Amino acid sequence: MMRENWNDVGQGFHPVSAPDYLPAAQLRELQLRRLKAVVERAYANVAPFRERMVERGVTPADMRTLEDIAKLPFSIKTDLRDNYPFGLFASPMSEIVRLHASSGTTGKPIVVAYTQEDLQVWASVMLRTFSAAGIHRGDIVQNAYGYGLFTGGLGAHYGLEAIGATVVPTSGGNTDRQVMLMRDFGVTGICCTPSYFLHLIERAGELGINLRELPLRTGIFGAEPWSEGMRARIEQESGIKAFDIYGLSEIIGPGVGSECAAQAGLHIFEDHFYPEIIDPETCRVLPDGEEGELVLTTLSKRAMPMIRYRTRDITHIITEPCSCGRTVRRIARVARRSDDMFIIRGVNVFPSQIETALLSVEGVLPHYRILLSREHGLDQMNVEVEIGAELFSDQVSAMEALHKRLAHAVERITGIRAGVRLVEPHSIPRSEGKARRVWDERGE
Amino acid sequence: MKVTQISTFIENRPGRLHAACAALADRGVNIHTLSLADTAEFGILRFVLADPAAGKAALEAAGYLAKETEVVAVEVPDDAGGLADILAKADAAGLNIEYMYAFSMAAGRRAVVIIRFTDPDRAVEALSQQGVNVVAPVELLSR
Ligand SMILES: [Zn+2]
Repeated sequence: MMRENWNDVGQGFHPVSAPDYLPAAQLRELQLRRLKAVVERAYANVAPFRERMVERGVTPADMRTLEDIAKLPFSIKTDLRDNYPFGLFASPMSEIVRLHASSGTTGKPIVVAYTQEDLQVWASVMLRTFSAAGIHRGDIVQNAYGYGLFTGGLGAHYGLEAIGATVVPTSGGNTDRQVMLMRDFGVTGICCTPSYFLHLIERAGELGINLRELPLRTGIFGAEPWSEGMRARIEQESGIKAFDIYGLSEIIGPGVGSECAAQAGLHIFEDHFYPEIIDPETCRVLPDGEEGELVLTTLSKRAMPMIRYRTRDITHIITEPCSCGRTVRRIARVARRSDDMFIIRGVNVFPSQIETALLSVEGVLPHYRILLSREHGLDQMNVEVEIGAELFSDQVSAMEALHKRLAHAVERITGIRAGVRLVEPHSIPRSEGKARRVWDERGE
Repeated sequence: MKVTQISTFIENRPGRLHAACAALADRGVNIHTLSLADTAEFGILRFVLADPAAGKAALEAAGYLAKETEVVAVEVPDDAGGLADILAKADAAGLNIEYMYAFSMAAGRRAVVIIRFTDPDRAVEALSQQGVNVVAPVELLSR
């Protein structure tokens, strides 16, 4: 129905994005065909998967409808660690042309692999990601995701080349140079983590460069959960449109889903990645619209198929048609990961709740961090809040009132009495990749 | 005649006060006077500087916030009821005072207080009319 828009360059159209507009029936049929093939492939080539199938008494022939996916066993992150490095590969090494690995903050890294076909699919879904954000030939895009073992840099890189944009492969780090190149090259789009972009805005300001005066107009941000408040701050301070993208290395890297111009949820490229939402406690599949943990199955991955991979990301599926005309379903933006959750005095708290609380006070999101400690055997939560120009008053009474309002907001939203400390600008460490919000010093 | 005060936020921990003053000294910005209003956790440092613009730039370059506020410098007669008399006049004129602090008096014989009024323009006008000596920034410089 929106076919006439396909050739609108302003919308970032590219023929490869056609699957985003498939009629639902056709899409489901394609998904089922691919599901059968990937389950057969994994069953034949990945021993740990086959063993679990045998345990459950399920065979690939049981996949008759898409709903039959619920018969399959889940996979989880530790499966990748347990089978380190190559135990989950479904292709012989001679067909594998690329390896990526996580940095492995805890224990062994996880390794992911790609055949040539996988890389083509990856470039095509990244193309669809950029297309949805309105990036097209003629754009100059600075790719500040880290290049190397991390999937972000190279994943974005090949998608940008596929769409025909000019790539500036700055990778992460060296913020002053990032700012200089952004200005000198007339960069129109940027990819990085949202927290690093905030750091770039800040540093540009210190260098006397106002991003609003540059040609930069689009940001493609991912690799960490972020909030609407953070988007509002980014868009307001830099004058760009900020898009959320979604992906994880275990599935493919970036390119699992992305926002479109409507900025109302992320379209999942469901012809390649089949989404389900489950109750994380009971593992029961939830109907569309209900919030739970996102589970993904790679429908076309060859080197390393992942069947019903539990992402730990909390979201829900949006079934209403999107105003952009894409037919692939959307997920609500992921503001919470069950991994990020911490428990304090028996209460589950997500960093995003702290963010919501801080934002509610003055309508601006200050830089912050959460410090967990144990004092006299009791868990303590302290939130450090950097005082920026927009929060600063030269009256002590006004600052004390602000302090009180921040502490009340945190308590109201989390149910936890927290200490709030007002700290000087720039006193909280900045990260060049994923922002670190929680500093847990409670030990074991 | 209003005076531009520069204020900054500092954490209440060792070395922060000194570091802020050092940021000014490094750029050769003279401090006429300063006042620290502090709580257990943080402080607000207020400066009257020889060159407020340069001072603001110096603080910002060192990573501090620097907020400009208009304050009024008032000469206090050197007798027992001097300050009380001025405050009574401000009160009579309906002027709201947010805070005040004393100016350094080392070089001159006159005593001066820095007062932050909610409405500095009206304060200058009302106090001048009642014969209070409102000190111009240039006079502070010569002290
Ligand atoms: Zn859409």
